Amino acid sequence: MRKLVQPQGLPSPFKPTSKAGKSHPHESATRQVQGQARYIDDMPEPQGLLYGAVGISTITHGLITSMDLSAVRSFPGVVDVVTLDDVPGHTDIGAVFEGDPLLADGKVLFQGQPLFAVAATSIDAARKATQLAKVEYESLDACLSVKQARAENKTVRPVHVNLNGDPDTVLASAKNTLKGHASVGGQEHMYLEGQISLAIPEEDDRISVFASSQHPSEVQKLVAEVLDIPLNKVIVDMRRMGGGFGGKESQAAQWSCIAALLASRTGKAVKMRVPRMQDMQATGKRHPFENFYHVAFDDTGLIQAADIDVSGNCGYSPDLSDGIVDRAMFHADNAYFMGDVRVTGHRWMTNTVSHTAFRGFGGPQGMVAAEAMLDGIARKLGEDPLIIRKRNLYQDKARNVTPYGMEVEHNLIGDLIARLEESSHYWKRREEIKAYNAKSQILKKGLALTPLKFGISFTAQHLNQAGALLHIYTDGSLQISHGGTEMGQGLHTKIAQICANEFGIPVEHVEVTSTRTDKVPNTSPTAASSGTDLNGKAAQNACLSIKQRLAEFAAELTGGKAEDVVFDNQQVISGDQSWPFAEFIQKAYFARISLSSTGFYKTPKIYYDRATGTGRPFFYFAYGASVSEVTVDTLTGEYCVNQVDILHDVGNSINPALDKGQIEGGFIQGMGWLTTEELKWDAKGKLISNNPATYKIPAIGDTPPVFNVDLYPRANDEDSIYHSKAVGEPPLMLAISVWCAIKDALSSIGDYKVDPKLDTPATPEKVLMAAMALQQELGA
Amino acid sequence: MISFMLNNTVEQITDEQADTTLLNYLRERRKLTGTKEGCASGDCGACTVVLAELSPKQDKLHYRSVNSCVTMLSALEGKQLITVEHLADGKTLHPVQQAMIDEHGSQCGFCTPGFVMSMFALYHEEKQPDRTEVQHALSGNLCRCTGYRPIIDATLKACGNKQDDQFSRQETQTVQTLTQLQASAEKGLAELFMPTSRDELTRLRQQYPEARLVAGSTDLALEITQQWKTLPQLISLTRVEELLAVVEDDTGLTLGAAVPLTDATDALLRHSPELAELIERFASHPIRNQATLGGNVANASPIGDMPPVLLALDAVIHVDNGSARRQIPAREFFTGYRQTQLGADEWIEAIHFPKRKANSLLRAYKVSKRHEDDISAVCAVFLLELENGVISKLRTGFGGVAATPVSANDAEQQLRGLTLADKHTSQLGQSLLYNAFNPIDDVRATAQYRKLVCQNLWQRLWLEQQGSIDIRVVNHA
Repeated sequence: MRKLVQPQGLPSPFKPTSKAGKSHPHESATRQVQGQARYIDDMPEPQGLLYGAVGISTITHGLITSMDLSAVRSFPGVVDVVTLDDVPGHTDIGAVFEGDPLLADGKVLFQGQPLFAVAATSIDAARKATQLAKVEYESLDACLSVKQARAENKTVRPVHVNLNGDPDTVLASAKNTLKGHASVGGQEHMYLEGQISLAIPEEDDRISVFASSQHPSEVQKLVAEVLDIPLNKVIVDMRRMGGGFGGKESQAAQWSCIAALLASRTGKAVKMRVPRMQDMQATGKRHPFENFYHVAFDDTGLIQAADIDVSGNCGYSPDLSDGIVDRAMFHADNAYFMGDVRVTGHRWMTNTVSHTAFRGFGGPQGMVAAEAMLDGIARKLGEDPLIIRKRNLYQDKARNVTPYGMEVEHNLIGDLIARLEESSHYWKRREEIKAYNAKSQILKKGLALTPLKFGISFTAQHLNQAGALLHIYTDGSLQISHGGTEMGQGLHTKIAQICANEFGIPVEHVEVTSTRTDKVPNTSPTAASSGTDLNGKAAQNACLSIKQRLAEFAAELTGGKAEDVVFDNQQVISGDQSWPFAEFIQKAYFARISLSSTGFYKTPKIYYDRATGTGRPFFYFAYGASVSEVTVDTLTGEYCVNQVDILHDVGNSINPALDKGQIEGGFIQGMGWLTTEELKWDAKGKLISNNPATYKIPAIGDTPPVFNVDLYPRANDEDSIYHSKAVGEPPLMLAISVWCAIKDALSSIGDYKVDPKLDTPATPEKVLMAAMALQQELGA
Repeated sequence: MISFMLNNTVEQITDEQADTTLLNYLRERRKLTGTKEGCASGDCGACTVVLAELSPKQDKLHYRSVNSCVTMLSALEGKQLITVEHLADGKTLHPVQQAMIDEHGSQCGFCTPGFVMSMFALYHEEKQPDRTEVQHALSGNLCRCTGYRPIIDATLKACGNKQDDQFSRQETQTVQTLTQLQASAEKGLAELFMPTSRDELTRLRQQYPEARLVAGSTDLALEITQQWKTLPQLISLTRVEELLAVVEDDTGLTLGAAVPLTDATDALLRHSPELAELIERFASHPIRNQATLGGNVANASPIGDMPPVLLALDAVIHVDNGSARRQIPAREFFTGYRQTQLGADEWIEAIHFPKRKANSLLRAYKVSKRHEDDISAVCAVFLLELENGVISKLRTGFGGVAATPVSANDAEQQLRGLTLADKHTSQLGQSLLYNAFNPIDDVRATAQYRKLVCQNLWQRLWLEQQGSIDIRVVNHA
């Protein structure tokens, strides 16, 4: 294996004495294992606390003709009942575009929509009271599928197109073409901590809100708008979430707004904790997609042109769907150059809950289209899909521009695949599996290697900014606040490591505070994998500005130069002189040097022109690849994943253990999305997979017994924080290799000449049906 | 009064409502918020706590993980309730906690207390677990962040090098305290009754005809936590002596209706070792630690996993009303959707499994979306008696295919007398089973899939008899 070339002369950014760049436990781990890590529902309750609950709609689409809440109001313990009429300010809490009423606005847009809210002296009373509402409706026809929305032309946002060249002409004249369709299921977030918020009224019209939210600044803004008060009267505090995954990016705000509304009316603190089944009914999920493709390729499988149509089921309102479908479009190429290409992205409206952000933000759904296409070409040509995949990868010089006109620089995918191909013994196992399948009547094994190229940056340019606030106290301890939120990913741990590395002090001397809108204002959501990229740089910039002051002071004392001052090993060193860090901080304090600073960062280089559908929406790409091996039972469709090998690119890892945790966890979550996690609505539009008994995320036995995860050892070429790369979302898409491996196993039934039609999630039922369809096709 | 140890302190509960769950008691009354609510339906394990109880000989402790969200307070009587706040010994973390940190087994941390408690219960099992046993012990705990690999490694690490912890060091003392608690005469709460004998149960049922019966509470509790019902009076069956007997004799196995499945497993597997997979896949480990066979039969759910076993094994349900006992064949017991022959004043006392013939062959298959802790799309159980390779008797039981647990009567009759090894037997059985039921489409599967699975599971059974063909994606004991 050839040696990796590092970006030109880049030294390690990590001090040997610091814990940055090394595995270090999650900052809350010790508290988490003892039940001492406080989530909102664990906080000591304010005196007189009231508990919130909502009543939800039992029809899918229609008008509310009457809503009699008298029995709700008179239920023992109930203190207040509100409808939309009771909102003093804005009634719409749409994150980007309007369309999301806080409570139903005379109309029901999906089944499970909150209609009214209750505050009571116990959670039991609040919930039981909601059952006593007498609501009458006039039902209207509901739109329940992309197909129906397409027929009725119902959209939440206009269509958008990326066009490169003239795909129609190439497709019309090509020798080999293929058309296909894949339904891609949505996904319930199933954060273990459900949606929750605690609002505490303060003096006069001020209010404090504790929210389990990925976007405290948006909660602040919406609470202020709903209550019709300026933003500076609202403080939002967010210490940790028990999981977010996108589900608490825009859709955590509603519960805070309801709690704040009830709190401001009653003058009491109100805690709004959503029970699991309501949480699953009333909050959005990963968008289900319908993907269509038409591709032209030469006899070697090299793609010449493609026309790809991705159709997101957005639910009843825009929410974040514009960005989500954009990202699906930006990843419909995955890692492949497709020649003359058109990618069309539709945003369809249906009467289901408004689908929202979920790890990958549409990217995974788009990527499935690309991989479906590559499998289809390989089967048609009778080639191993890996050969076809490699043949079509983006190249360094030519064949390196995406359908949206961005040049793919610093492309690692070819080398990364080559390494994984070797370390996973892909070809040896391919032969073994072929031999096994030839002999095995019922069980079939499958193998697949899929690549990953994921664009890093918010596609909304303004969100690519971050702030931090750093204080150093006179004992030498640091307190850092930043705009990112901790949902388990280890962001606070990495931020502490960065600060510790900058000052050359132990990571234990750095305290990361809860995320508060009064510490760092106007923050972006912790989303798009950008938490460390943005906030890490902002925190580093805060460190640099204090370091500059300290260095100047040290130079002054020694007569040396500020740029030569070194912060390392708990010492401040200037020339021959050195001071213990804490001692030097005291010295600086007495010399009246400011020991507090903000830090700010904005991502360079990025832009996107919506009018032309071109630009550079991403600062850089994160790469990865995975090999999955499965065994499928063709009698029942049951399957298991035998082995997974992953090589993933995180640049310079700030914390390898946490990065590996993101890779493994993202992979298993992606595997769940593509296999057992099946959202089901009944014919009338009611979600029937509405609890963990009916919606099955991976359990412990689903983790593959052999699970090899390695980090690709190369620094980010772009100037990201310590030349690391974002890792939150990309690994989820590595799980596409599980889906492709199941298809590979099925394809063996037809001697690898037929591409099985297998929509996702590939439940045992879908796998059995696909196997039977193949057998029938071959028999016919 | 309910007397128990909360961690190391003896406590009494006197003034709680009958339908207060253990999770709400901990979080709302005691403000012990280390134990989390993830789903309040026994599906996620975030609320897992451990109950230490006296062993049958009363000389040792047995540690049992349970989902506190579906546990009633009666379950605490005479036991030590251990919560996550108490595992650390002063500033020294328990080995399972330390291993979780060292292996990076927590991310968002919300599931972590529940995992730690399941790991702790496993730590106190006698043997050193392998990876499969770790998976079984943690089968009721969901994690959405880690992908489980570090949790598996942490558990293997902690349990691979067990040392005495504060609980084993204090075992003698705890055993003594719990023994003393047993002496207290008064059990239960004002409206949560805890009879210990048939007579007492009979009297309570007459006195409180509206009171609901509860054993493991893993199903009944859902009415409280999911439907927000008030259940003002409950009669707990878990201490009624007549319902706790396990008798293995020449006639077969008789299992008391209130024996938790975990405690019934050994006897069940001695009777029918082929049930190992089905039992291990029955809900999850903490649910089996509470759930009873009687409950699984009495609630008559068409998707319960034990009723098909009862049907195939020709089990007999022993019912009682305190004055008269009667025996109802399992095949006559289920009369409609969640309806049985059980009279309003009756309860299930025991389930009798007749002794198996030496030449009998039992196969129990469960097909579900997820392998662990899932409800069957189809559960199929076949009992064949063979004479010289000829099927002399076939008994079947199915779950998930009709409004009740049900047998495939046509297949049972028409396959009798056929040579099992004949291809015709496979084909005929498949077609009979495909057409045996008219299942419905629901959240778990379509009717068509259920019919195909019934058909194909007969083919699986037939192929299994053909010798060395790989037939299962996951191999079991």
